Amino acid sequence: MELDPLLLSRLQFAFVVCFHAIFPVFTIGLATFIAFLEALAFKTGNPLYTRLSQFWIQVFAVAFAMGVVSGIVMSFQFGTNWSNFSYAAANFIGPMLSYEVVTAFFLEAAFLGVLLFGRNKVPPGVHLFAACMVALGTIISTFWILAANSWMHTPVGTELTDGMFVVGSWREAIFNPSFPYRFTHMVLASFLTGSFVVAGVSAWYLLVGREVEANRRALSMCLWLILFLAPTQAVVGDYHGLNTLEHQPTKVAAIEGNWETTRGMPLLLFAIPDQENETNHFEIGLPKLGSLILTHDLDGEVPGLKEVAPEERPPVWIVFWAFRIMVGIGLLMIGCALAGLFLRAGGRYWRQPQFLNAMRLMTFAPFAAVLCGWIVTEVGRFPWVVYGQMSHAEGLTPSLTGGMVLFTLLGYIAVYAAIFSAGLYYLMLVLRAGLESIDQDDEEVHDIERPKRPLSASHVGIEEGGR
Amino acid sequence: MHGIDLTIIWAVIIAFGIMMYVLMDGFDLGVGILFPFAPDEDARDVMMNSVAPVWDGNETWLILGGAGLLAAFPLVYSVLMPALYIGVFLMLAGLIFRGVAFEFRFKAGSHRYLWNWAFAGGSMVAAFAQGAVVGAYIEGFNTLDGRYVGGALDWLTPFTVLTGLGLVAGYALLGSTWLIMKTEGHIQQWVYRLAPWLLAAVLAVFAVVSVWTPAVDPSAFERWFSVIRLIWIFPLSALLFALLVVRGLRRRQQSMPFVATMGMFAFTYLGLLVTKWPYVVPPNYTLWDAAAAPGSQLFLLIGMLFVIPVILAYTAWTYWVFRGKVKVGEGYH
Repeated sequence: MELDPLLLSRLQFAFVVCFHAIFPVFTIGLATFIAFLEALAFKTGNPLYTRLSQFWIQVFAVAFAMGVVSGIVMSFQFGTNWSNFSYAAANFIGPMLSYEVVTAFFLEAAFLGVLLFGRNKVPPGVHLFAACMVALGTIISTFWILAANSWMHTPVGTELTDGMFVVGSWREAIFNPSFPYRFTHMVLASFLTGSFVVAGVSAWYLLVGREVEANRRALSMCLWLILFLAPTQAVVGDYHGLNTLEHQPTKVAAIEGNWETTRGMPLLLFAIPDQENETNHFEIGLPKLGSLILTHDLDGEVPGLKEVAPEERPPVWIVFWAFRIMVGIGLLMIGCALAGLFLRAGGRYWRQPQFLNAMRLMTFAPFAAVLCGWIVTEVGRFPWVVYGQMSHAEGLTPSLTGGMVLFTLLGYIAVYAAIFSAGLYYLMLVLRAGLESIDQDDEEVHDIERPKRPLSASHVGIEEGGR
Repeated sequence: MHGIDLTIIWAVIIAFGIMMYVLMDGFDLGVGILFPFAPDEDARDVMMNSVAPVWDGNETWLILGGAGLLAAFPLVYSVLMPALYIGVFLMLAGLIFRGVAFEFRFKAGSHRYLWNWAFAGGSMVAAFAQGAVVGAYIEGFNTLDGRYVGGALDWLTPFTVLTGLGLVAGYALLGSTWLIMKTEGHIQQWVYRLAPWLLAAVLAVFAVVSVWTPAVDPSAFERWFSVIRLIWIFPLSALLFALLVVRGLRRRQQSMPFVATMGMFAFTYLGLLVTKWPYVVPPNYTLWDAAAAPGSQLFLLIGMLFVIPVILAYTAWTYWVFRGKVKVGEGYH
C-alpha cells in the first residue's frame, strides 16, 4: 500500500489540533467564569464565591498548562507539513499567529501569575483585575486564531501575486465575511463548555453530598448561564449556517446530504450518504424544513453537491454526521437548561438525582460538540486550504514522503498519549480532592520562593495522601 | 519606507530573539542534561528549582522566534521546517516531555524517577536536535525555486552529529556554570569539578568545527581568509571569554563562570552569523529574497516594538525576584 503524505498530513493536523483544542475551549470559558466568581466575591464579600474561585483556578491551571504544551506543536505544524501554504499565506497568517503569541505571553506573564498566586499579596481589586485580564486575554487569543482560520475560509482583503498572498486591506482580511459568525459561535461554545463542566462537576459533588452550599450555588449559576447561552448559540449557529451557504454552498450541501439543487428540500434526520453513487440510503426526513431553515422560505432553492465536480466534494458522510452530532448535543443542552428551569420550583434542581446524574454525564458533551463542529467546518471545505484559491495538495510540503509523516504521526500520538494521560489523571485527582482541599492552602509560607508553575497553584499530590 | 529597511530591522529582531533563546533556554536545558549525573536526589530538587520559575519564559523566545520567522521571513520558515522535519519533531517531543516533567516531578511519589528521565532525556534530545540544526545550517539546504527538495535525513550527517553533541556539551557547560551561581555546598562542589571537563569538550568541538567548516561550506573559507580580517575578533573574543571561565573556575568565583560562558556563546553565535551574512537560507537565498511583504513586516513590527521591551523588563524582574541561592529543602512543595 502506498502511503499518501497528503492524507497522512491532514490526519496528523486533525489529530494534533483536536487534541490541542480540547484545552483552550475549556479554559476560555472557565477563565470568564472565574472572573465572574471573583467579581461576585468582590461585590458581595461572600467567602463562598472566593472558595469556588480558588478551587476552579486550580482546575484552570492544569488545563491551561496542558493547552500551552500542546499548542507549541501547532505553530510548527504549518511549516513542517504545509510549507507551501505557509509560504503563500505568511504575509497574513504570520502576523496573526505572532500577535496570538504576543497576547498569550501577556496573559501568562503579567496576569496569570497574579491570578494563581497573588490572592493574599495584592489588593482584592487588583486580583479581580488580573482575573478579568486573563479572561480577556484568552478571548483576544481566540480572536487572532479565528481571524486566521476564517480568512482561510473566506479569503478577502488579499491578492495572490507571484505565489504569495499580499495583504491589501488588514481590516477586510481580519474582519472577513465569515469571521464575526465563527468567532461568536466559538466563544459561545467555550462559554457553554465551561458552564457544562462546572455544572457537571458540581452535580457530581451534590450527588455525593460534598460541600453542598457552594456547589449548589455553582450549579445554579451555570444553569442560568446555560439557559441564556444554549438558545443563543442555536440562533448564532443558524446565522453561521446562512453565512456558510453564501460563501461555501458545497459544505452546506454536504451538511444536508443534498445531492441535487432543489426547491423545498427536506431536513434529513437520518441517512447513509453514498459518495460513489451520489445518493443517500435509508433517508428519514421532514419535508421542506431544510429549505425553511436555510432560506427562511418553505420552497427556497438550495444548491446540491452535484453543482461541483466529484473531486471537489468533501467526504459527505463525515460532514453529514458530525453536523448531526453537534446539533443533537446542542438540543440536549437546551433541554438541560429547560429542565433546570422547570426544577427550580422547590429547589429540586440540586436535589433530584436523575437531573444531577444527567448533568454529570453532560460534562463531556460540549467537547464532543466542539470537535464535531470543527470537523464539519474543516472537512466541509475540502479540497481547499484557502477556499477557492489554494487546495490541500498545493499547500502540502513538496519534499514530504508518506513514511516521514507516518513516523511523526505515530510519534505525536505516542507523546500525547503519555503526556495527556498523566495530565488528565492529575486533573481527575484535583477534582476528586474537591473544594475541601482549599482550606489546606492558607499556610503560604515560602510562597515567594516556590517555583511559579501553573500546577503549583494546586496542592494535590499525585498519589493518595501525598502533597 | 523612507530609507528604513524593515528587513534589516527584522533580521536584527530575529537574530536577537534566537540569541536570547540559546543563552536562556540553553542553561535550563543544560541543567536537564546534567540531571542524571547529580550526586543525589536533593541536588536534583535544587537543580530543578533553580530553573523552574524561569524556564518557560525562556522558551517564549523560541515560540516568538518561530512565529516571527513565519511572519517576517516566510522563505526561511518554509524551507527550514521541511528540511528539518524529523529534527523538529524530536526537538518538540523533547521539549514537551521536559516541560511536563517540570509540572509533575514535584507532585510524583514513587514514580519520580520516570519524571527524572523525562526531564533529562527531553533536555538532551532537544539540545542535540538544536545543535544538529546549527550544523545543517552551516552545510546549507538543497532548494529549487524556493522549495526544499532534499531528503528527510539530509540534516543528519557526521558534521551535524558533531555540532549536535557540541551543543549538548555547550548547554551542559551553561547549565553547570548557572548551577555554580545558584547553589552552594556539595552541589556546588560537584559542578565546580564538572565544569572544566565540559569546557574542554566544548573547546574541542569548537576547534574541530572551525577546521571542518571550510570543507562543508567553501564560501566560509573565503570569508574568513580573504575578505575582512576584522571578522577574527569574534572567535578571539570567544576564546578570551573561555579564559575568563577557566579563571573563574580556578578562583572558585560565583557568577563569573556563568557570565563568561554566555560571552563565549554570544561571540560564537555572532561569528556564525557573520560567516553566513547576508544569506538566511544558505547557500542560495539572502535576507531580502526571504523577506515578507513590507506591509506585513510593518504590521507586526508595531506590536513587537511595544512587546519586546515589556518582555525584557518582565524577564529581568522575574530573575530579580528569584535571585540568590537555591537551598536544599526550600522553595517547593
